[in-house]
Amino acid sequence: MTMQLSEDPQAVAPAPRRTFLYENPSVLWFMACLGLFTLIVSVLSEGMGTGLISTSLVKILGMTLCLCLIAIAMDVVWGYCGILSLGHFAFFGIGGYAIGMWLMYARTEIVVRGNLAAGTIPPTEAEVAEAVAAQIFGVVGSSELPLIWTFAGSLPFQLAMVVLVPGLLALVFGWLAFRSRVTGVYLSILTQAMTLALSLYLFQNDTGLRGNNGLSGLQNIPGALDVPQSVLSVWFFWASAAALGAGYLFFAWVVSGKFGSVIRAIRDNKTRVRFLGYNVEGYKLFVFTLTAVISGIAGALYYPQAGIINPAEIAPIASIYLAVWVAIGGRGRLYGAVIGAVTVSLLSSWLTGGGAPNIDFGFYRIVWTDWWLVLLGLGFVLVTLFFPKGIGGLFDYLVRKKE
Amino acid sequence: MKASLMPRSIRMAILFACLVATVAFRAAPVAAQSPLQEVLQTVQDQVANPARRTVPEVLDALLATEAPGRLEFLRAWAEREVYVRPGDGLFFYARDAADQSLVLLDIDTGAEIDRVGSRDVNQIRPNAGVRREIAAALVKFELLDPEPAQRRAALETVARSPDPEQIPALRAALAEEDDPGIAARMERLINLLVARFAPDTATRVAAVESLSGDISTEARRVLNQLLQTRTDFAETRPEDTNLATLRTVGGDIGLEDAYARLADAGHFPPRPGHNAIRDALRAHVVAGEVGGVPVHRLDTDAARHEAYRALEEAGSVPPLVTQADMEAAVSQYVFFDAYLEPDPAVTDAARAALDSTRTAISAWQFLGITLDALSLASIFFLAAIGLAITFGVMRVINMAHGEFIMMGAYTGYVVQTLIPSYTVSLVVALPLAFGVAFAAGVSMERLVIRHLYTRPLETLLATFGISIALQQLAKNVFGTQARPLTAPDWLAGAIRFNDIVSISTIRVAIFVLALMFLLLLLYILNRTRLGLEVRAVTQNPGMAGSMGISPDRINMLTFGLGSGIAGVAGVAIGLYAQVTSEMGANYIVQSFMTVVVGGVGSVFGTLAGAGLIGALQKGIEWFNPANTLAAQTYMVLFIILFIQFRPKGIVALKGRAAGD
Amino acid sequence: MTKRILIASAAATSLATASAALADCPIQVGVLHSLSGSMAISETTLRDVMLMLVEQQNAEGGLLGCELEAVVVDPASDWPLFAELTRQLLTVNEVDVIFGAWTSVSRKALLPVLEELNGLMFYPVQYEGQESSRNVFYTGAAPNQQAIPAVDYFLEELGVESFALLGTDYVYPRTTNAILASYLAEQGIAEEDIFVNYTPFGHSDWSTIVSDVVALGAGGKQVGVISTINGDANIGFYTELAAQGISADDIPVVAFSVGEEELSGLDTSRLVGHLAAWNYFMSADTAENEAFIADWHEFIGDEDRVTNDPMEAHYIGFNMWVNAVEAAGTTDVDAVREAMWGQEFPNLTGGMAVMNTNHHLSKPVLIGEIRADGQFDIISQTEEVPGEAWSPFLAESASLTSDWQGLGCGMFDTGSETCVQLTSNY
Repeated sequence: MTMQLSEDPQAVAPAPRRTFLYENPSVLWFMACLGLFTLIVSVLSEGMGTGLISTSLVKILGMTLCLCLIAIAMDVVWGYCGILSLGHFAFFGIGGYAIGMWLMYARTEIVVRGNLAAGTIPPTEAEVAEAVAAQIFGVVGSSELPLIWTFAGSLPFQLAMVVLVPGLLALVFGWLAFRSRVTGVYLSILTQAMTLALSLYLFQNDTGLRGNNGLSGLQNIPGALDVPQSVLSVWFFWASAAALGAGYLFFAWVVSGKFGSVIRAIRDNKTRVRFLGYNVEGYKLFVFTLTAVISGIAGALYYPQAGIINPAEIAPIASIYLAVWVAIGGRGRLYGAVIGAVTVSLLSSWLTGGGAPNIDFGFYRIVWTDWWLVLLGLGFVLVTLFFPKGIGGLFDYLVRKKE
Repeated sequence: MKASLMPRSIRMAILFACLVATVAFRAAPVAAQSPLQEVLQTVQDQVANPARRTVPEVLDALLATEAPGRLEFLRAWAEREVYVRPGDGLFFYARDAADQSLVLLDIDTGAEIDRVGSRDVNQIRPNAGVRREIAAALVKFELLDPEPAQRRAALETVARSPDPEQIPALRAALAEEDDPGIAARMERLINLLVARFAPDTATRVAAVESLSGDISTEARRVLNQLLQTRTDFAETRPEDTNLATLRTVGGDIGLEDAYARLADAGHFPPRPGHNAIRDALRAHVVAGEVGGVPVHRLDTDAARHEAYRALEEAGSVPPLVTQADMEAAVSQYVFFDAYLEPDPAVTDAARAALDSTRTAISAWQFLGITLDALSLASIFFLAAIGLAITFGVMRVINMAHGEFIMMGAYTGYVVQTLIPSYTVSLVVALPLAFGVAFAAGVSMERLVIRHLYTRPLETLLATFGISIALQQLAKNVFGTQARPLTAPDWLAGAIRFNDIVSISTIRVAIFVLALMFLLLLLYILNRTRLGLEVRAVTQNPGMAGSMGISPDRINMLTFGLGSGIAGVAGVAIGLYAQVTSEMGANYIVQSFMTVVVGGVGSVFGTLAGAGLIGALQKGIEWFNPANTLAAQTYMVLFIILFIQFRPKGIVALKGRAAGD
Repeated sequence: MTKRILIASAAATSLATASAALADCPIQVGVLHSLSGSMAISETTLRDVMLMLVEQQNAEGGLLGCELEAVVVDPASDWPLFAELTRQLLTVNEVDVIFGAWTSVSRKALLPVLEELNGLMFYPVQYEGQESSRNVFYTGAAPNQQAIPAVDYFLEELGVESFALLGTDYVYPRTTNAILASYLAEQGIAEEDIFVNYTPFGHSDWSTIVSDVVALGAGGKQVGVISTINGDANIGFYTELAAQGISADDIPVVAFSVGEEELSGLDTSRLVGHLAAWNYFMSADTAENEAFIADWHEFIGDEDRVTNDPMEAHYIGFNMWVNAVEAAGTTDVDAVREAMWGQEFPNLTGGMAVMNTNHHLSKPVLIGEIRADGQFDIISQTEEVPGEAWSPFLAESASLTSDWQGLGCGMFDTGSETCVQLTSNY
């Protein structure tokens, strides 16, 4: 794939070059907020600080940060490049599965070796592998280690898989789709079909990833089995915050330069961009694959905090929710995606977790658990109809007012 | 309930009378028992706790006597109308009385004996296996029953539990039979029984040969029973058995399996497995060594074998059987399958008769799969056609389409709870479902979609918002439990071609419904003013507008029509599956696929898409019957690939309309 | 999935008010059943049963002089949320015991948290076995208390020689069918006489599968179907069975996941004679059962509501826990655990349920035939069968045993005489 103009120094040289951060003040603001938030959570956490924030809340916040990361990836692919992918959660899930395989295998291997070593004669390697397989797959009525688990014991290999499998899948899928000029609604449906196929595939027991059961116990990290969850949760919170910060910076940089202009132009009128001599399909493919890789990383950080991953996680509906977050937060601006993800997920936690008081009218009682989805659905329709810029549009309004 | 109407004093009196009667009866000597009760008491335990293995004892005991009422007793026993009293083990018939109590009746006289609570006696509940045995024993009496229905039931019993003793009974009954249908059935059953049980070869072979080409299940069951085999081995090729096939070791039978058979028969020592070797080594650890091998080295199979060999030489463990040992042992024997039926003439005839059915069965099976595929395709078509026309006309993907399906289904459910007759409720539900979904579609178009025509991707999301809201609303109103839509009796059965191919009537009805809508749509689109306008808007909305067609009105009507059909589809789906708030979501992705594969905006395209997806899914299921989920995965993969090669679907619109 | 974010962050619904006499009053009882999502249909009923049992106990004067308080949370059929809410119940609400979960995958999701925080849970649903957690008491049936006796019934009483194992594609059917395949092989049933099929959750297109089963009949052997089909899919399955006119006399179907609740609302007149195996049926004619049903109807205010096996499991589990707490004099998890071993409580179907040291109950096995009114005719009831945590019919678990009292281990290898692990596989 070629990105002719993005590396052409001539095109950039004449304009007085201002720094990236000066051009994008929102990045600084975002970084500051994220840093402050991380500090506050750490200080108040159970594992590191005063204990005002429970371990389960720290985990929820850490997971929310991972969701923000995939939300900004979604924003880049949809809000900036105009590809409404309804399948990005598939990449998120693959990242989770890749790291989950190592977590399960390595933890089980420690248990198995410990147990077999207690016997009178030392175990053979085949015996260890067999016992690990029986432990992992015994619960789904099998006892053989599937082929895809061959290198599950190697952390570097599985980490590479976190990046490579989503990347390759996106590359192949995108290449096929963009090559035959599938666009618009068709492409959305096709990406949805992709995530559906993947989730149906993973639902099968024969796939070798434990079918509907998925991979569980992921919160126990091999090598850190003695570290209490209260501390581990803060570690993962930090890692998620760092990943979100880095991801934000990276995407802000990607969309701010000439490359960003080209992909925005593709979103607005791909035919003109093509006639200007750009390789539209190449750009699209690059953005699609890049965001898939970032989604995979977000998933790899999310699932050790959630503790379990199963195929239901990547059902088509999850990816649609992703689009909803971005739309509500405001497309075409990275902080909009973050706002959308945080607002919707925390609001939903509050309303469905029993935090919000139910309203009693006497003749009818509004139970938020029942009505939250109705509210979300209708709210979403209203946002699409009347506030196409989402919550992020409010910032424009404020900025304009100031000026 | 009735008792509560009586004055209290009378109730007390009855209770007292019962009490007295009970005491009096309990005090009565056992000698007062009637003949039937007496016989039954000899097999008391087997009657009170019936089991398939012990029921013949009861039957023998009863049928050996001429005790009056014994046949009635057997029928009542099978129908679970017999009770036993735990105190004395006597048997009674019973009749329900007020306040969950029972009136016990004497099994001989039918006289009322006692009135007890339901927990004071035990109802005897013979299971299906016992009931089948009882029915089989009663066959010879019921074959001569004046009621044709009884005789037919008796014949079904014979078909289910064939027995050589039934042949003479059937022949005798056949001579008396005047109903030609029943007589034909009797002849057929006699033929089947003869094929299986007759003593002389010639009649059997003739009977077996008469089954040649017969694809009915019962005929093939008999043939397959004649052809049952066992696997065995011998030192030389056996001459006196009815040999089916010889097995080659390594091919038809694995080496380890073959050796295990020899070892099981005690001809050779069993082969110690991995675990057996490990356990043996564990048991012989001496001073950190096993057979001269240090324990810490025993983490490879080679080292373990070495140690085991040493132990074997010392004579402390059974020998280690190697590959070569197994081969040597196995080569001394012949492995083969032999028919359980000793007569080769019969098995040859049965084999030939069975082979003659093979082609016909494959053809019928193919027809069966084709019918299933057609049925599935018609369901997909009904679910997707509404989506296809709205997408074609308005370039709008309606994610809430599935919820219109659900709405239609719940309409059907509500109608069914209000109207008791299933037929009437169905007749009311179909147009009503159309109306409800039509209204919902039109209002959605007016309120939301109209404002988003220039932004198709956002329509997709807005309709998704409506979809989750509607789904949750349905949950709030109807609950999460799946609701059945019960089909009327005339739709509940199946159309049976033969024992291989049958299709449930409801599926045929859905097929007819889909066909009707196909014709209706074709008529509307091609023969009416509305259709002309719809086609015009589909092909070029701008031009159509300038010709005086109001695209606004057309959009609204098309949307309503598409949604209305979805509502009807909902009733159809609810009838053969279930009504849940999530049913729409289950069909929406498949509907999209149908539309995309078929090509948008074309009725024939959707038809082709539905046909292709239905056929594909059933085809994959046929090759991999054990995993239905895999079929769905492969289907989705195929569709993704298909779209690579025909991005506009099977029936692509041409000309200007093709531009998006 | 969709509810990943519906994480209950702050608090849970509290349903009773406190009256603190002792320091740790009121005693908190966590109820962890899905009230929304796909499992709500089954689990909401169990939430109601728990509320009823807590109310009854409070009416009898509470426990250890304390009021009981039910802490109800909604994991929304979302498996990761089960883990989250377990952590929340144990650390934020500090409950003394949890009654909850339905699907195996939800149990597996919350197990690591439960074991990490040393909680105590009662799991009320029939399941696939192969597990014995230190912190869980299993009041539902293990395979040897449901599946194996049902297969024995098929072999012994119905003379079935050819088996169709139909199931939904998830852990419970997979493991149960693996156990059954091995058991059937031991009983001399050849591999080619076992037809296995797995379908997705909510499957609706049953015609081909039912035809496949009918086709088995041509093989010359009596065919029987063992169904581990779960949830909504059963409606389509039974409708198709009825449509194709498959009577229980020709091809009997025994189901392990179909009870009164699943049949309610379905027209069962065409399904009469098909079977189900459970440890409880609503039609059991005992005084205890009559009282339980009356209480239930009064509590729920609807005479049409049915009772089912998992409800009985909670009834037994809750009462055993109450007795164990009284015996231990404290709600401390380790003390209660030890007091639980050997607890006895009368079954609703007669006889005594006993909690064994492998944390499974001894319960009678019942086989029932479907009646036209949606209830079951009990046609077979065994003596109490002790639940087996580890199936002897699977090679990998044949040498395993569980005994928390004597061996202090839930996964003890009798071959090497070692405790494989103290935590569970998840």
